[in-house]
Amino acid sequence: MAENGQTQETVTVTIDGREVEVPKGATILEAAEGIGTRVPHYCYHPGLSAPAQCRLCLVEVEGAPKLQPSCVTPVRDGQVVHTESEKALQMRQGVLEFYLLNHPLDCPICDQSGECKLQDYVFAEGRKHGRSREPKRVFGRDDFGGDVLFYGDRCVMCTRCVRFMDEMEQEPLLTVVERGSRSVIDTFFDRGLADASFAGNVVDICPVGALVSKDFLHKARAWDLDHTPSICPNCSQGCNIELHTRDDLVQRLKPRENQDVNAHWICDYGRHRYEWMNRGDRIEAPLVGRGGGRRATGWQDALEVLLAGLEGAAGPVRVVASASASNEDLGTLAALTHALNGEGAVFRSPRAADEVALPGFPKLKRRRDLVPNRTGAELLGMERVGEDDGSGGLTEARDHEGVLIVLGDELPDQDGEFGARAELYVHLGSYPSAAAQAADFVLPITTFAEQEGTFTNFEGRVQRFWPGVRAPGAARPAWLVLGALLARLEGRAPETRPAEAFGRLGSLAAEFQGLAYETLGTRGALVNEPLRIAGDR
Amino acid sequence: MGYPYSHEKEVRLISRGFGDPAARTLDGWKAMGGYEGLEKALEVGPSGVIDEVKASGLRGRGGAGFPAGVKWSFMPEKGERPHYLLCNADESEPGTFKDRELIRWLPHQLIEGCLIGSYAIGAEHCYIYLRGEFFETTQVLARALEEAYAAGYVGENILGSGVTIDITLHVGAGAYICGEETGLMNSLEGRRGLPRVKPPFPAAAGFFKSPTTINNVETLSVVPHLLTNGGEWYRQWGTEKSPGTKLFCVSGHVRKPGNYELPLGFPMMELIEDVCGGIRDGNELKAVIPGGASVPIMNVSDCLECSLDYEGVAKAGSMLGCASVIVMDETTDIVKQVRRLVQFFSHESCGQCTPCREGTTWLTRILSRIEDGRGTEQDLDTLLDLGEQMTGTTICVLSDSAAAPVASSIQKFRDEYLALIRRGERVGAA
Repeated sequence: MAENGQTQETVTVTIDGREVEVPKGATILEAAEGIGTRVPHYCYHPGLSAPAQCRLCLVEVEGAPKLQPSCVTPVRDGQVVHTESEKALQMRQGVLEFYLLNHPLDCPICDQSGECKLQDYVFAEGRKHGRSREPKRVFGRDDFGGDVLFYGDRCVMCTRCVRFMDEMEQEPLLTVVERGSRSVIDTFFDRGLADASFAGNVVDICPVGALVSKDFLHKARAWDLDHTPSICPNCSQGCNIELHTRDDLVQRLKPRENQDVNAHWICDYGRHRYEWMNRGDRIEAPLVGRGGGRRATGWQDALEVLLAGLEGAAGPVRVVASASASNEDLGTLAALTHALNGEGAVFRSPRAADEVALPGFPKLKRRRDLVPNRTGAELLGMERVGEDDGSGGLTEARDHEGVLIVLGDELPDQDGEFGARAELYVHLGSYPSAAAQAADFVLPITTFAEQEGTFTNFEGRVQRFWPGVRAPGAARPAWLVLGALLARLEGRAPETRPAEAFGRLGSLAAEFQGLAYETLGTRGALVNEPLRIAGDR
Repeated sequence: MGYPYSHEKEVRLISRGFGDPAARTLDGWKAMGGYEGLEKALEVGPSGVIDEVKASGLRGRGGAGFPAGVKWSFMPEKGERPHYLLCNADESEPGTFKDRELIRWLPHQLIEGCLIGSYAIGAEHCYIYLRGEFFETTQVLARALEEAYAAGYVGENILGSGVTIDITLHVGAGAYICGEETGLMNSLEGRRGLPRVKPPFPAAAGFFKSPTTINNVETLSVVPHLLTNGGEWYRQWGTEKSPGTKLFCVSGHVRKPGNYELPLGFPMMELIEDVCGGIRDGNELKAVIPGGASVPIMNVSDCLECSLDYEGVAKAGSMLGCASVIVMDETTDIVKQVRRLVQFFSHESCGQCTPCREGTTWLTRILSRIEDGRGTEQDLDTLLDLGEQMTGTTICVLSDSAAAPVASSIQKFRDEYLALIRRGERVGAA
């Protein structure tokens, strides 16, 4: 528990009979979570202030006259806490019954069902039958603007959403109106969440189905979704996310906690840019040959032919890469380019005019670079070219007469003439593209959502992601394809695991030395040297 | 606007001047010995003032009955942050109308009390938070404050002492919960009037996170007299643990309802039968709520031996609270009265804490159903159980207050509930 090398003062408390040493100033709830004891709660959220108003986290503290809200009660030395005592359980059961008084119990049509804290808590600790015979209060539904829909009757009034807008977005667009049992969350008249940049987080932190995403509405049941830890590919912040997938389709992106990068939050810009991961128009098999002679083939065949082509080619090698590719993809590409005596690669990447920061956690910004791995590409010696909209900069590549390798850039601003003069044009991509018409080899590669790997974010944090959906057809990770070619050129066995491809990075750029793929974990690690590159990323 | 009733058994210390328009003016107040207490306070210094108030044993008149001098002594040494005195004049407890009269008739008494209190705790600014509906009262106080400013009692360099104390009036917007001290602070800061979690207590971090003391109008109105006459002088009235006099707001089915200032420890039956002229129309007494809407209800046998001091009423199973005695005779429909009380709390709940937000409404609905003749005996058990769930489980005590009359009335008037549930028998309209 040491921070900045200073030893923190600790106190010893007993929670449910277990003695535990916790830092002074921690709350009972935090101390309990530390030893795996979950105290039910709604209003408390680790990223927000605690108003202690849901009254669900009440626990018995020996010596205290009343049950204490564990979310705000600090631990004291020698304190004895019972989270499961008869008194505490009875009180929680009572509070849960209050929550159900006006709850519509519309779980069958509620998006939160399956990941709902009201369901969970009532199932675990609630009464079997409610005693209320009174009619239920009805608030109905409200469009909060942006992607957020509000079901007032499901609300438990924890005010997490109000506090998120107050404390994090610092634009109090939500508030509680009226009081008592008439109180309800609302926007300011017609001014909803449409202008907010981080409003999607209120849906994430809503413990019940009161705030739901319009985009996700009735799209999938929570229990059908697979959760895969990943990194948001939509800017260079490198927010930790989860891909929620069903039937090999990404259904939504959710933030994953990482205090070093994005805390508990992600921006709406990143959150809503996932549809491309589900694109159906994919290259599914290696294509060999130009124009009318083009044929689909297997990898073995394609690589044999390509290898022969590479060995026979006389012209210089020119490479166009992409900053959306992983460190492993780019590292293997760089090594191959080197082996072919090629020049340094170039890449293009879109760049926004400004950043959008989350005031309550200012380190989290939608960065100007709208690609996940510009830092990785530059560390590996690649040079950014072209305009801020991601176009241009390829005049030389377009008319290159030697060997031309394109990795991961769909080249939307180019036509069939691109690479037509090349002696050998290899296009590694995921999607059919007009600019691949002249290619001698079109090799299908996976997207980041279909493969394992790492990105290097704006500050040089190397973070892992995992495959959430299966690759279509014969698409393979670029590092695997390029690694096979490289291994043949070097006369050795190819890499078969991303860790091996990652292991090469240290020899290509000193910054990666000392980093081990296996120890990056889910939180990532900073590159070990100050970044050489200048700029505001 | 005269003052309706008085009685010879009254000891009128702070209510002297009720009904006398002259007492409202600065000259009138000075003729009654006004602002002598302030001069005395400036002589003896802040710690001298606190000692005098401690010696008097004066207990907070807002309802909780915490010793006022001790409360003041909780204030920390002067630090970086300013100290504040807040005067709680958001009197909105059903059945309570003492602070309004104190301000209406003796505004300078309150102003002097605020000045002395501010001086004692080292505050240079005092806010008086007035209930929104107190229209005339606010005007009277504002006029008096203007006079006091002009005469140099308030503002910079008070009476040449070098002490600066400003007083600001703030009118609330009509929410009962803003009378809860931390809700009041939030409201005064311009936020929603939501009670705050304690700790931190106001003396540590209150109004704008600064050391703050909050006193009731009546408490502060007593203070000038303690300085003028000495703390010990106050102990000649009342009991050992509840010294002094208290304004009793008597309402309901008595012949002469009104404010009566009596020594604490005064027998309840004597208050009802003698001071207030007995029950109206020669009816029988049925029930009493002794301390405003938020305390347990008492039946006749509870009342017989009850003495009106903090300990005496507690012994009888209720609380003195702010001494708002609501008297009900035999014609009273207890179920209806309790439903109306609970409905009030349900309407005024701030809505933060789940047990209060949902519980007060649920109580109201069950009680309404019983009142309509659609209740079951099981409902009574549910009501009692809910009362338990709502007691001691919330940030402030509004939830407890709503539960108190329900539980006590079922305990003491179960027959009346049962008669309504089983046979539809209803006590006459009241």
